[in-house]
Amino acid sequence: MNYEILLPNSSFKECAEYIKKNFKEIYYVPAGFKIFDNYLVGIPPIPIAVDNDDIIMPYVKPCHGCFVLRVPGKEEIGGLRRSETF
Amino acid sequence: MMGCPELPVQTAAALYIANKLDREGFEVISAGNKAAISLLLNSDPEKHYIKKVMDLDRCIGALAEKTMDFDLCFVFIHSDSGISYLATIKSISKAKTIAVIFGKEIEPLIEASADSVIIAAKAVHNPTPLRAKIDGVKSWAALTR
Repeated sequence: MNYEILLPNSSFKECAEYIKKNFKEIYYVPAGFKIFDNYLVGIPPIPIAVDNDDIIMPYVKPCHGCFVLRVPGKEEIGGLRRSETF
Repeated sequence: MMGCPELPVQTAAALYIANKLDREGFEVISAGNKAAISLLLNSDPEKHYIKKVMDLDRCIGALAEKTMDFDLCFVFIHSDSGISYLATIKSISKAKTIAVIFGKEIEPLIEASADSVIIAAKAVHNPTPLRAKIDGVKSWAALTR
């Protein structure tokens, strides 16, 4: 998975707030939502943003806290728009 | 369910809880990242306490896909990441969750785990305070009823 780190080593809450504050097209998904072959970890509802052809999402690493990632996501954006559950 | 094993008490507490559960007749599966599982397996080479292990991401995936579930899930928490894993388990599993909280600053973690059974002690290197809290629970099976 190619990605750019927008916000490193933060709490999940800080990452969620960052996404909500900095992007307009936001979808809320449940914990365990599958995207890029990963199951999202976090406190639901988990905000995921779409920005042009990129997906902006929180990503929790056990050792390093939570990150906000920008991932090229053309193939996932359609599914995300269709599967919003919150 | 274990995250980063940077605090030494995690491995000791996991082995201790696994033994207690085994004695109560539970089938215990230990899920963790590679380092956490490696510590467990190296601490129990003859598998007296740790019978089955599972990669943390695979465990989350199996729970999310509903191909597996548990009666009880102990989530080891010493940081905000642990809180995220606890919330995830509560969301994707029917298991009764037990938050095993340790480290230096446990109060915010306790507050964030309020809707789980909480076992918490200020403990980093010495597992005794955490073990005392674990011993305070007389029967884990009672939580499944």
